Amino acid sequence: MINTWIVATIVAVVAGAVGFFVVLRGSAFVADALPTGAFAGAAGASLIGVNTLLGLGVFSLLGALGIGWLGRRGRHDVAVALALVAMLGVGALFLSFTVEYGPEIDSLLFGEVLGISVNEIAPVAVLGAVCVLAILVLFRPLILSSVMPELGEARGVRAHWIETCFLVVLALATSMALPVVGALLIFSLMIGPPAAARSVTSRPLIAMGLAMLLAVVTVWVAIAVSYQTNWPIGFFVGTIGAACYAAGRGWTALRSRRLRRSQASALPPATPTASAVA
Amino acid sequence: MSGVLAPVIEPGFFTSAPVHLALLIGGVVAVVSGVVGMFTVMRGQSYAGHALADLSVTGGSGSVLIGISPLWGFAGVSVAAAGIMDLIGVQRPRGRDLATGIVRGAGLGLAALLLYWDTTHTSATGTTITILFGSMFTIDASVIPVVIAFSLAAVIIVIALYRPLLLSSVSSDLAVVRGVRPRAAGTACLIAIALATSLSALTIGAILSTALLVGPAAAALRLTSRPGLVLAWSALIGLAATWLGILLAYDSYYWPPAGHGWPVSFFVVVLILVFYLLAQARPGSGRRPAPAEGQPGCSPDS
Repeated sequence: MINTWIVATIVAVVAGAVGFFVVLRGSAFVADALPTGAFAGAAGASLIGVNTLLGLGVFSLLGALGIGWLGRRGRHDVAVALALVAMLGVGALFLSFTVEYGPEIDSLLFGEVLGISVNEIAPVAVLGAVCVLAILVLFRPLILSSVMPELGEARGVRAHWIETCFLVVLALATSMALPVVGALLIFSLMIGPPAAARSVTSRPLIAMGLAMLLAVVTVWVAIAVSYQTNWPIGFFVGTIGAACYAAGRGWTALRSRRLRRSQASALPPATPTASAVA
Repeated sequence: MSGVLAPVIEPGFFTSAPVHLALLIGGVVAVVSGVVGMFTVMRGQSYAGHALADLSVTGGSGSVLIGISPLWGFAGVSVAAAGIMDLIGVQRPRGRDLATGIVRGAGLGLAALLLYWDTTHTSATGTTITILFGSMFTIDASVIPVVIAFSLAAVIIVIALYRPLLLSSVSSDLAVVRGVRPRAAGTACLIAIALATSLSALTIGAILSTALLVGPAAAALRLTSRPGLVLAWSALIGLAATWLGILLAYDSYYWPPAGHGWPVSFFVVVLILVFYLLAQARPGSGRRPAPAEGQPGCSPDS
């Protein structure tokens, strides 16, 4: 059980950090597609009998590069959708070859609380450190190219290169988080807390910290309740993620109403992060 | 004739009842998805389509629990989800993906719970796989009327709103000037997408139905820019991929590892992808710059 707490906390911190940029860049679809598609890698790994993490890593990296490649030559959302279904199609094939399925597949899709052994802590910790380090190194160019792509280009930030780096970081975060929260719900963890954090504060660093904090709280509550009720952890992560988002929306609505009431309509409703960068 | 085709089409393909049914339902669903898919791609709603497809997992697992045909669950939940998404504002280009994603996340969380109950209360093994990846050859013949009814509903929505939808997809300002209510048209479009995805969830599985919705239409938009022709190409590509996929899956019983067919969904997805790449590799296409992300409406040939 203690292993689960450690791994889940690392996963939540990384999901909060990466998720902040997912929300900022509006790349929700990619953040959704990579984990779902990487699930096929886990199925493939169990078929040929190698480490699940390896299969996940290979597939999510392939997916990230595939999205980058297809996205350069066509509509972005179509590229993501096609890369996603390509990976899932292969996953369907792998699954049909695997003789025994059932609980294992369910836990890959929807998360597994007690399935974490001591040996899994080290790779997750290393991957998590790499992700956080990459985010910190890329922090300024990422913010710049997310908020003002033109200014970024002028300052020598290559939008395409940054996009690829970001996709690779997303792929790494995905493969470490997938065995814990499940393929279909990593995304809730990456989206709900950062969305709430962004509506509370407009300063990027504080918002990112708050996103991490909220993500950790989400995972802890989900694990505790899931342990008590024996219901799948994914249900709680999904519900709490949506609750975070709803709270953020409510907060924004409340604040804008109060602003309007205090006759402060002279202030333009500028995008929060733009002012923070400038 | 049959002697010539024997190496391609394994014996019994044209006499097997499950194959007939799969060809019929798969064909109808492919055409509907192709038609609705054109608007999905033009309006930049691939993500909404994908989320609605994922959400039909919730409906499928719920219907197993209460013992009704999965199709009712697929359709009921995804139409309801389309309503919720519309309510919390997936129509606005900004933050649209976020709202879509949140609804999807909450719905899938519920799906996790329902599937857990399915496996613990009804001892139905393999439910997850059937719902997620479809089972073309085990479709029950009794769903044909329902499939036809849903298909008609989706197609009627698209035909009735053909001009307003086209106009508001290409230029929403122009549409407003011409008296189109973009909000209402968008809601109707989402419901048509929900119906189409729930139909293809039945054939190629809930999380793969994005393929039938987006793939053929995206390929068709590469081939031509005339809306009528796009519709025809889209339906044709979807139909070809589905029927060829069924044929290949039928043949694959004799492929290694022997005695075990490859999934239909796999072939359908691969064929759709091949069609898309072929359409893209056609000379003269693929040089246009990609449109900005989150842009609500783009010209049909972008």
